[in-house]
Amino acid sequence: MSGISRRKLMTSGLAAAAGVASLAAADRIAKKFGLIPPDHGGLYGPGETLTYAAQRLLTRHTLAREFPRSMISKSPFRNETAPPTKEFLAHQAVGFADWRLTVDGMVAHPLSLSIADLRAMERRSQITEVVCEEGWSYVAEWIGTPLHSVLQEAGVAPEARYVAYFSFQKDWWDSVDMADALHPQTFLTWGMNDGDLPVGFGGPLRLRVPRQLGYKSVKYVTRLTVTDSMKKFGKGLGSASPEGGYAWYAGI
Amino acid sequence: MAQLPGTCAMLRAMATTVAPAATRTPRHAALVRVTHWIAAAAFLALLVTGFEIVISHPRFYWGETGNVNMKPLFTIPIPASRDTVPTGYKYVMPDQNGWSRYLHFEAAWVFVLTGVLYGIWGFGTGHFRKNLLPARADRRWGAIWTRVARYLKRAPPDAGEASAYNVLQRLTYLAVIFVLVPLTILTGLALSPSFNSAVPEIVNGFGGRQSARTLHFFLSWALLFFVVAHVMMVAVSGFRVRMRAMITGRSVASAQENAGERE
Repeated sequence: MSGISRRKLMTSGLAAAAGVASLAAADRIAKKFGLIPPDHGGLYGPGETLTYAAQRLLTRHTLAREFPRSMISKSPFRNETAPPTKEFLAHQAVGFADWRLTVDGMVAHPLSLSIADLRAMERRSQITEVVCEEGWSYVAEWIGTPLHSVLQEAGVAPEARYVAYFSFQKDWWDSVDMADALHPQTFLTWGMNDGDLPVGFGGPLRLRVPRQLGYKSVKYVTRLTVTDSMKKFGKGLGSASPEGGYAWYAGI
Repeated sequence: MAQLPGTCAMLRAMATTVAPAATRTPRHAALVRVTHWIAAAAFLALLVTGFEIVISHPRFYWGETGNVNMKPLFTIPIPASRDTVPTGYKYVMPDQNGWSRYLHFEAAWVFVLTGVLYGIWGFGTGHFRKNLLPARADRRWGAIWTRVARYLKRAPPDAGEASAYNVLQRLTYLAVIFVLVPLTILTGLALSPSFNSAVPEIVNGFGGRQSARTLHFFLSWALLFFVVAHVMMVAVSGFRVRMRAMITGRSVASAQENAGERE
């Protein structure tokens, strides 16, 4: 090896050292500004953290694309969910009149809301696209109560960092950070295309998170928990998805 | 055998001087070699995981939306990893999307950051201008056709080609680096609902989400075609010489030695 290669080797070494140092600095900044996702560990943690941090910085207040009414899909598709339990069928038999959404955790006033209560609150609609991680998509009108309205009524503590949400189906739960929880397009959805939200699409209540892939829009929501850390939930990875191998953050 | 316009995805540099015979001349700069191999590894990861993700829905559409209730533009005749997709096959492949998606985006970051480093270095050092931009005399159809004819006739490479790229190689590398790769990245980003909320112009510019997905698929094939051609050209033009050049940075400039390696 000649002297030139040695010099280049040293330059590369210095560049690598500088890279490591800036990574350490970036780590401190990221922790301070909430740019680290709950599933930041392991082999894929660095990539996941970069994606989440970059998208959070780029998209904190941006709005998902909305479409004209003419673009609503004539035949939307939905993935099958587990067959309804006896308890769910009992709810369905009475038109979900007894369905409750509880709001607890770091809130001043824990709530227990019926679908009718939600309908009596702020009503909003959006025509947005549901995008599945598999690749397919459809556009629909989603009608519901903005999550921020419900959170406002409950009085969220300033230290809150995540809202965890749970499905009627056991083992199906997820969470979003406050940027998505307070986002104007994040709805507790009870209507679709001018009608009630069909059971197949998550009725009676689905949390719509239109800036993330479909699997973040959990169906049959029964409970919201406001928290400052996802460590206490499940395996501490933020949602059921990472426990099944899927990323917590689904903005891409 | 002649050397064709092959190319590596991101990085390659070469000395511009022709050295005297039988000396080992500098061929590729250290940064080019390091970024070349990192990009190659990242591309392989992107390719494998990308194909894996396609298996979950091997149907392609044009426009904004597309799902199994809609008519596809085309389908790939392979079994799917979801039982909801009608493929004609009686069995369903195992779902590997979780780690595939994690790795796809992690590899994309490696590829993009490596590419940014290479791009800054390439502009800063004049690498693109000196080594990839065709010489003024070559920027005409005549020069390009002459080179195409040489390949078709399988004429041996001329003296300058041991240490510098010819016009076809330069145009190919430029097209990959400045057209194919950026378009692949942009069509990939256009599949991110969050990115699309920040920059809707990109996904809308591609004609909608499903169009972007279809274009991403074809661009990936174009990149794969390039990589296969690149590796084939390396193989037929002297595998050991060219691998040595991209690993150690040194090339054997002697025509005889090159010829020896090729035979």
